[in-house]
Amino acid sequence: MNEAQPVVEISSVTKTFAHGNVTALQDIDLTFRTGEFVSLIGPSGCGKSTLLRVVGDLIEPTSGTVTVNGKPARQARADRDYGIVFQDSVLFDWRTVAKNIGLPLELLGWDRAKRKQRIDEMLDLVELGSFGDHHPWQLSGGMQQRVSIARALAFEPALLLMDEPFGALDEMTRERMNLELLSIWQQLGSTVVFVTHSISEAVFLSSRVVVMSPRPGRVAGTIDIDLPYPRAAETRDEPHFFELVTQVRDLLRKRGEHLLPEEEQALAEAAE
Amino acid sequence: MAVVLVLAILVGFYELYRWIWSSAGWTHPFVVDDTSMPHVWVILHALWQPAQVNQPALGTILFHKSLFTAKEAAVGFALGAAIGFTIGVVLAHSRLLTRGFMPYIVASQTIPILVIAPMVVVWVNPKLPAGLQGWGSVAVIAVYLTFFPVAINTLRGLQSADPRSLELMNSYAASRWKVLWKVRVPASMPYVFSALKVAATASVVGAIIGELPSGLQSGLGGAILNFNQYYSIEPQELWATNIVAALLGIVFFVVVVAAEKAVVRRAPESTV
Repeated sequence: MNEAQPVVEISSVTKTFAHGNVTALQDIDLTFRTGEFVSLIGPSGCGKSTLLRVVGDLIEPTSGTVTVNGKPARQARADRDYGIVFQDSVLFDWRTVAKNIGLPLELLGWDRAKRKQRIDEMLDLVELGSFGDHHPWQLSGGMQQRVSIARALAFEPALLLMDEPFGALDEMTRERMNLELLSIWQQLGSTVVFVTHSISEAVFLSSRVVVMSPRPGRVAGTIDIDLPYPRAAETRDEPHFFELVTQVRDLLRKRGEHLLPEEEQALAEAAE
Repeated sequence: MAVVLVLAILVGFYELYRWIWSSAGWTHPFVVDDTSMPHVWVILHALWQPAQVNQPALGTILFHKSLFTAKEAAVGFALGAAIGFTIGVVLAHSRLLTRGFMPYIVASQTIPILVIAPMVVVWVNPKLPAGLQGWGSVAVIAVYLTFFPVAINTLRGLQSADPRSLELMNSYAASRWKVLWKVRVPASMPYVFSALKVAATASVVGAIIGELPSGLQSGLGGAILNFNQYYSIEPQELWATNIVAALLGIVFFVVVVAAEKAVVRRAPESTV
């Protein structure tokens, strides 16, 4: 596929809740292209998770259209064009790690041998090779989230939707997971839409950051992150990294919105 | 080990109570003597004695009678559990049906089983093939006691599935049927099994009560009726029968617990 080919096209999407009394999203126009790593960042209530769910056709927009791989979002979901990772790993306790990863493959009707082969590949990809027979509760939070990522990627979707996937992890695990995710993304060449409220995480991972502002949820601006890939832990120490963090922060601030405590914390961490 | 200890303590309390009340001559709440409270060893000894001349030991007779009652209860339990589970699954898919039928399902259990039992015998028994005559209608009474807790808990269990896991299945465009078998049913298992534990003992009670109006002499219900008439002369025989009936209920319970251990794979946080 061409580098510039759009994977997701969002045009004039508006979403209201509570009989039109709450506007979660207002007139969103965005295009995500093949191979991009796009982060949606903004304070709580800016509609970033809602927007992700609209792209995944888990929520229907009140007006406007979403196209995924050139198809309406509904059709793309039916065709299993995307994988999704939530903040919680949403693993099934009654399934082993391997069977959790194999769940979407079962739904796609893959036979046992083909499933097993893919599951083994995915376990290797997320470096959990020897944990296939474990049950989710026997793993740490970070490992559970790696299983969740492996499950989302198992059927090789062109698009990966991630809703604050590392939000529940401690800072050190989170930074390690960021590196692992980048390495997976570069191996697979998929398109990632990543929701976060950590500025440094968004800048570190993304090729583009979409800054959103709340009440109603709008796009405040988009910032291209021109840090070269592959990125490493040292990327966070580069002066240009700080410049970009500052740009994102200014864009968040310019909207005159108060930052939430976790965003203040993210700013403080980014500044250190 | 704890079970044996508690049993010893209970037996100790029984004998202590008996000793205090009979030596003090207290008559409240009832007169304590060999008729109202036979010694534990007298009750146990009765199991090794023939109840009537030229008959095998009472224990042997009660063993065969409890096998008969167990057959009624087991068939009733299996049918009742299947019916209850099916009702739960159907109601979980329709709020309208739930609202329409639930009051009647609840009402069915407010009718005393002693009222239902003779009617079932009169209605059902003549329609049964020869091999099911008698005990078949008793099994139906056990069904009546079994289906209710299973239906209620299945419904609740199916509705207990994590909304996020339903969202995940939705992202795979999974059919209702797949969601039912891969998410809702496994999620309902802990609920279903707690209902099955209640139903297992209820089915034994149902079978014993069902035997009373049927005039069946082959089961524990018949034995209870019989020994009840001779209580003033041989109280230990009714007591011994009660112990055997209780043991039968416990066997049913333990079988369900064993099945639960084999089926339900959960984080090891709760036991029985």
